[in-house]
Amino acid sequence: MACRIEVGMKKDLPDPAGESLLKRINSELGIGKVKAARVVDIYTIEEDLSQQEKEQIGQELLSDPVIQDFSVDAPLMGASEGGFSYAIHVGFKPGVKDNVGDTSKEAIGELLGKKLSGGVYTSKCFLLWGELDFQGAERIALELLANPLIHRFEIKTAQQFASLGFAAFAPKVEAVGGGLVSEIDLNVSDKKLLEISRRRLLSLSIEEMRRIRDYYADPDTIAARKQMGMPLAPTDVELEAIAQTWSEHCKHKIFNAKIAYKDGKKKKAINSLFKTYIKAATEKLARKKKWLVSVFKDNAGIFEFVPGWNVAMKVETHNTPSALDPYGGALTGILGVNRDVLGCGLGAKPIFNTDVFCFAPPDYQGKIPPRLFHPRRVMEGVRAGVAAGGNASGIPTINGALFFDESYLGKPLVYCGTGGLMPSEIAGRKTHEKGAMPKDRIFMAGGRIGKDGIHGATFSSVELHEGSPVSAVQLGDPYTQKKLADFLLEARDLGLFNAVTDNGAGGLSSSVGEMAQSCGGCILHLDRAPLKYPGLDPWEILLSESQERMTFAVPPSKAGEFVQLARLRNVEVSDLGEFNSSGFMHVKYGAKTVAYLDMDFLHNGLPQMELEAEASPRKLSEPPPILSSDPKEDLLSLLSRPNIRSKEWIIRQYDHEVQGTSAVKPLCGKNAEGPSDAAVIVPLPQRKEGLVVSNGLCPRLSMLDAYQMAANAVDEAVRNFVAAGGSLERACALDNFCWPDPVYSPDNPDGKHKLALLVQACQGLHDACMAYGIPLISGKDSMKNDYRHGKWKISVLPTLLVSMVGRIDDASKAATTDFKSPGDLIYLLGLTKDELGGSEYYAMKGILGANFPKVDFKRNAKLYRKLEAAIKRGMLASCHDCSEGGLAVALAESCMGGMLGAQISLDGALGKMVPSHFLFSESAGRFVVSVKKGKEKAFARLMRKVGCFRLGRVSEIKQLHITYKGKPIVSAGVGEMLEAWKKW
Amino acid sequence: MVIALAKSQKVSVWMKKGADTQKKPKCLVLSGFGLNSEAELAHAFFLAGAEPRIIHFSDISSGKARLSDYEIFAIPGGWSFGDDIASGKVLANKLKSTFRNQFEEFALSGKPIIGICNGFQVLVKLGALPNLSSDFKQQATLAGNASGKFEDRWVYLKPQKSVCKYFEGVPFVLCPVRHGEGRFVAPSHAISEMEKRGQVVLKYVDEKMEEGGYPINPNGSAKSIAGICDKTGKIFGLMPHPECSVLRFHFPRWPEGITYEKNSLRFFENVVKAGREHL
Repeated sequence: MACRIEVGMKKDLPDPAGESLLKRINSELGIGKVKAARVVDIYTIEEDLSQQEKEQIGQELLSDPVIQDFSVDAPLMGASEGGFSYAIHVGFKPGVKDNVGDTSKEAIGELLGKKLSGGVYTSKCFLLWGELDFQGAERIALELLANPLIHRFEIKTAQQFASLGFAAFAPKVEAVGGGLVSEIDLNVSDKKLLEISRRRLLSLSIEEMRRIRDYYADPDTIAARKQMGMPLAPTDVELEAIAQTWSEHCKHKIFNAKIAYKDGKKKKAINSLFKTYIKAATEKLARKKKWLVSVFKDNAGIFEFVPGWNVAMKVETHNTPSALDPYGGALTGILGVNRDVLGCGLGAKPIFNTDVFCFAPPDYQGKIPPRLFHPRRVMEGVRAGVAAGGNASGIPTINGALFFDESYLGKPLVYCGTGGLMPSEIAGRKTHEKGAMPKDRIFMAGGRIGKDGIHGATFSSVELHEGSPVSAVQLGDPYTQKKLADFLLEARDLGLFNAVTDNGAGGLSSSVGEMAQSCGGCILHLDRAPLKYPGLDPWEILLSESQERMTFAVPPSKAGEFVQLARLRNVEVSDLGEFNSSGFMHVKYGAKTVAYLDMDFLHNGLPQMELEAEASPRKLSEPPPILSSDPKEDLLSLLSRPNIRSKEWIIRQYDHEVQGTSAVKPLCGKNAEGPSDAAVIVPLPQRKEGLVVSNGLCPRLSMLDAYQMAANAVDEAVRNFVAAGGSLERACALDNFCWPDPVYSPDNPDGKHKLALLVQACQGLHDACMAYGIPLISGKDSMKNDYRHGKWKISVLPTLLVSMVGRIDDASKAATTDFKSPGDLIYLLGLTKDELGGSEYYAMKGILGANFPKVDFKRNAKLYRKLEAAIKRGMLASCHDCSEGGLAVALAESCMGGMLGAQISLDGALGKMVPSHFLFSESAGRFVVSVKKGKEKAFARLMRKVGCFRLGRVSEIKQLHITYKGKPIVSAGVGEMLEAWKKW
Repeated sequence: MVIALAKSQKVSVWMKKGADTQKKPKCLVLSGFGLNSEAELAHAFFLAGAEPRIIHFSDISSGKARLSDYEIFAIPGGWSFGDDIASGKVLANKLKSTFRNQFEEFALSGKPIIGICNGFQVLVKLGALPNLSSDFKQQATLAGNASGKFEDRWVYLKPQKSVCKYFEGVPFVLCPVRHGEGRFVAPSHAISEMEKRGQVVLKYVDEKMEEGGYPINPNGSAKSIAGICDKTGKIFGLMPHPECSVLRFHFPRWPEGITYEKNSLRFFENVVKAGREHL
């Protein structure tokens, strides 16, 4: 019989978890009459245990003797003291990953010296005191404590609770059936074909369904199937495997489509955006960049960092899962991209994470559409998920960005990036090359398989709607993954495998299918895969996206050593079959063949998509110049806007220094208040070279001009990179597109326009990368970021994230953004134009505008190279790029970082602009720098031809003082700027 | 990889250092089961003149490695067992049920044992710190931060008069804290006893070396206690990360030349010196 152990803080001690819940009840729900809250942790153990054993578990494992009490098979709290108004019990639904439960099971086994046969399940009981009605308790449960998608909850009053508390609850998955294979007749009408695709969530188009039908009607296929004793119709296993392999997520069908593009009278036929703009740019640049090691091939792009060491980087998105369950979605997002890097080449050690989030504003007041959460809850969940993933894995989160806009109410954008370090050779073998060999064993390692995450690959390619499946949600387990990662790197160094890849989207189907391409086939035994619980059909085992799993190709001669090492390191590995050169993906379940697919058809059979793009003209208008009476108030208001204000609250909750490599941290300056432009880490402490990591993101410009949106994003990433001292010669970038559905259909009438924006953005990306000489080494796209429910339709702003990574030859020369010493001269580098369209300043005034920033590639490229030289020669005391909020905000941030003031004069700088436009314009290619004493002349000489204006000096008086024609127009104390900037 | 890094270590370009001719004590830096700061801790011990080896927990429990072959035992930071149930608890229990005897033997021999962050949590939950009654029973704990949050921020640490010799010649240490469960809690009689016996080793202070509230005391620890030792002074643990302030670039204000790597390094050198006595 299941027993229950409850653990809580001793009654005479405060309960911090209860107190923070109380705070949130007050501040987020505005329920002010709850006076106290306490939290009890409940462990339900499905095992026959003696009273003594239960006591031992409570005493020695589950409770802390110094601060906690525990009870066995009785409520710890509440029954005797009463007085509380409501108790809320929250636990997981069956099948949801319970990490603490799993660890408890292992630890109880260790404590008692016996393996437990049943599960251990955790839940929490929240006791609330004060005036509260049932409705209030239900709001607390639904809006703060439980996500009904993954949790079950129960609410009781003190009287209802008194006698029994809550009944023991073990959310065990009740297994029914399993092991079934069905056949699907494709010799049906088009309408029925589409019906099959829709019903099974295959996300396949009619052309694709017809292509599959034709494959099964082909005489060669029929002959091969007859020989294998297979039915002539496809099995569900086969159809699911094809759909998964052909998913938008895996094949990037839109980026590879033939596009007929029309913009007014201009027409253009584009055969694959990817080949035409992204790959082409890199290929042209790669000829001169011998340090590029592997691009667009593997899970991540790889380049040489220093001789003997390579760096791999990848950025992923996890938007839909994060909309459904912000914490779990973001957690699996960061762990997933970690595995991309771990599974890149023969495996790289993750050395940094990046996170970029786009949310609706946290103070959003409007209605929340069905199935969505308030943006504040989304933000907090996502933050916590990425923090849990990074912190618990020992990977520093070194760089990121936050952008707020109401268009992200339907789907938040959650970009997670990871960089990894690998020796370029191990025992004479190049680590960036991998390939399964015929006869290699197929090993799956890490977590077990459940129904979680089934259809993730196809699901990410559809819009979010009310009936979205719950199986799309998964909860990551950083601990299991950390063990797997340590094991992987150890096995790599011992040369125990020929290839490795992540089990991400598409699960085994994808990982084994991809790995089998190098040797030409495989035989996979699904019945040998370890399951979390029985009851799975073969297609579910093949497609499941249960987390923390990787697939290895292990030579038969090393299999014994591989298994032994795994056992020693507590990593579960299973031999699932063999790679071969049969030309077929052969999948068995017991003695039965359940899939027999031609590898060539599976990987190359997908018909190319043909799409139409048509740009609709925009109606933009520029308002007359704003003759703002008080630029100081404008500046303070800008500093407190969500897109500008301090990110300290989020940065500090991420471990950004673990591994001991961090040289330029996310916050810099005297009191660590200044925002850094880019991160610099020193991955090899015995060397002076550093890695610089930055990003650029300008989604609001999509409303004005998609080409410039992309160009500005590249420029911002480059600016940030150069500002920290990065070397442009050794820089590369990653592109991540998150778009609203760009495929026209009667349901999506502006699809052609959105596709046209995608074309323009790709052109902007291409031109900017070519102009600055930045090769793209990896990328990803997420194409259906829409929410739909009845009349509600919310589409994200077309958004491109540009992540940059590269080298600084001497990290001790890196620049930071804070002013360092009074008297240093301050310069503005680059040209300021009247370009406030899409700016934060206009947004604050409720204006979009028309004069958007146009990047002058040629001029900027020159400036960036000069700036790089100035930093290298140690001329600068500080360097900060101008982005959201323009010059004024950049100056304010450098002052706040240094806890110093600045005396600025705009005389002679404005041209035809009014002061407020000059201060808040967001023209690209600009920096605020302060120059070290004694270096002024050399600096002015170096910068002579690239646009350099002397603004004034750093001052000891803690005030940003800006004058124009002798009159002060801004006079803001560092203290009041900080107050505005740190307000959340 | 961590192993590859440990093997290929050379003296950093970030630190000027003369040739080291003294004998090098061997330092076992524990890894595995979610620990994650072993590489930087091994590097700090390397810089301080030890010969560090990163050894997986299961290599000790399986008998492949023996503690007695080492002069220093260090448990680094990390999230052992995901910090599930309570930080450090499950690893402490696992150590008890696998190589408790080896551990206690090592401790009784007077060789240095160091726990940092998660390693400190393990030592406290193991009862090795403060171990007032010499029975290896848990008497103190590291509870959730008073702020209710995980935080990464830099703190000043002031060595107290104590039986621990590891901070001789160290005026203060500036280094980061990075934890969610670092609030030192113990019954008041235990704290008085620790103070009386000189087992309180480090306190959180501000740059003027004065104690204060949040964020000077970043987690709300009782009496601002950041690090403690056992009655011999040889077993020592702390929440902050001195191994991340041994190189110039580690310090937030290195661009202005404000760095104190010598202080942190001196701590590691003192530990190495204590280890050397057992060669």
